[in-house]
Amino acid sequence: MSFLRSLLLILIFRPLALFMTGADVANRERLPLKGPAIIAANHSSHVDTLLMLAIFPSKALRRLRPAAAADYFLRDPVIGWFSRRVIGIVPVARAKAGSGEDVLAPAREALAAGDIVLVFPEGTRGEGETDEMGRLKSGVARLAEAFPDAPVIPVWIQGAGRVLPKGEVVPVPLNCAVLVGEALHWDGSRPAFMDTLRTALLALKAEAPPLRWRDG
Amino acid sequence: MTILDQVSRFLADQPPVLLQGLAGVVVLLGLAAAIAAVLPLLKPEKSYVELRLRISSWWVMVALLAGALLAGWPATVAMFALISFLGLREFLSLAPTRREDRFAILAAYGVLVASYGFIVADLYMFYLVFIPVWVFLGMPFLMAMLGQTRGYLATAATFHWGLVTCVYNLGFAAFLMRTPTVEALPAGAAGLVFFLLLATEFNDVAQYVWGKLLGRHKILPTVSPNKTWEGFLGGWLSAGLLIWFVGPVFTPLSGLGLAIMAVVLPVAGFAGDVTMSAVKRDIGVKDTSHAIPGHGGVLDRADSLTFTAPLYFHLMALYALDRF
Repeated sequence: MSFLRSLLLILIFRPLALFMTGADVANRERLPLKGPAIIAANHSSHVDTLLMLAIFPSKALRRLRPAAAADYFLRDPVIGWFSRRVIGIVPVARAKAGSGEDVLAPAREALAAGDIVLVFPEGTRGEGETDEMGRLKSGVARLAEAFPDAPVIPVWIQGAGRVLPKGEVVPVPLNCAVLVGEALHWDGSRPAFMDTLRTALLALKAEAPPLRWRDG
Repeated sequence: MTILDQVSRFLADQPPVLLQGLAGVVVLLGLAAAIAAVLPLLKPEKSYVELRLRISSWWVMVALLAGALLAGWPATVAMFALISFLGLREFLSLAPTRREDRFAILAAYGVLVASYGFIVADLYMFYLVFIPVWVFLGMPFLMAMLGQTRGYLATAATFHWGLVTCVYNLGFAAFLMRTPTVEALPAGAAGLVFFLLLATEFNDVAQYVWGKLLGRHKILPTVSPNKTWEGFLGGWLSAGLLIWFVGPVFTPLSGLGLAIMAVVLPVAGFAGDVTMSAVKRDIGVKDTSHAIPGHGGVLDRADSLTFTAPLYFHLMALYALDRF
């Protein structure tokens, strides 16, 4: 299955992502090639996941596991099979957050197995097509705390919300920029870590090409 | 039959002059690579990473375009359709559009397909009027039907500017490939396209090199701060001489037509470069993307071609080609 996944990702998803987004990556060499490692990216579209799967070097691809909402991606058997087997998601049961159940257990298991887990700390895609970053959830800090040796790589994805905004079905080819930041490391405090991550993401955003709307 | 035989037969079918021209480009590029290898020994304090990236990218671009030209008109038309697509995608990603314009963006890609379809179908008159007349009217109508009038005129103009430069103007280079073989062409239709690319890119590089060597007086500091009078004039003279002396080898131009081409084409290349710079400055970016390492985006490389391709095509049609 892992072979089929690599085949689909490299032969179909990668060309598709290149066609739809141009995949303009800055500092590709900062992407981790082996786990455990955490990638923390902003989230504005399903294209984000596709794009990250497309830009990853083939040899590290089988290690890359995007964290995704269980309530959304496992809601029916077909999408569930596709999400698990092809995209390779680690499910996060958003609905059970705060119930005492450990919703990050699958992500922890993946990290323990030496995988690279891709998380979107905003928790959901941004509303509309704004490129503002939402409030970050602290799950990523808890993962970093559990694996203090795993680097956390901030990634800013610019423009994916224009290719396929939330609520749209037909994607439109437009260039996306992916800016990979320098690895962060667990520093002993959740609020301080989240601050550092937020600052790093905003710094990457400031370097991204402008996303201009004509507002009249 | 071995592969070697097939290759040699394939090359034997090509116009010999075209092969010599391509070999010449390879020699020039090899020379540039040699200079780039020696420069760090002479002036070790400077960084030559950018220069080396630029030259590496040139090898890739030359290989792709030479391959397409040798493979014939369908491959060359496909190659230019791809260049137009990449350029248009860069432009539409950076230019300000409205949230309601998603459908208009899709329609713009549809225009690209239709426009190149006319080249494939060899319908010259349809091609000529399609974008400047029918798309010019149709896109704003479509945008009016989308029901949003805020920023309407500026957005309609933005779409038209992108379609004319990236699709219509670059398409003329592809249309040259449809010149019939009955015309007396010294290096076939591919030779026409080859010389357009050679003259345009030689002018770009010559302006850059003269500017680096002698550049003192800025020509347009508010638009393109690296352009100098020395670079512009040096490039004009170098490219003009190249067109005058080498043009007859690859094209049927001679006399007055050739003289006009030699004088005007380098200026058009400069104009394309400066115009795209103004667009980039307005948008607030230095490069349109990082698609071509060392060069920037596809539009950064093809900016001068968006002006030289239609000019070259029309001078050719006026003075030398019966088909157009």
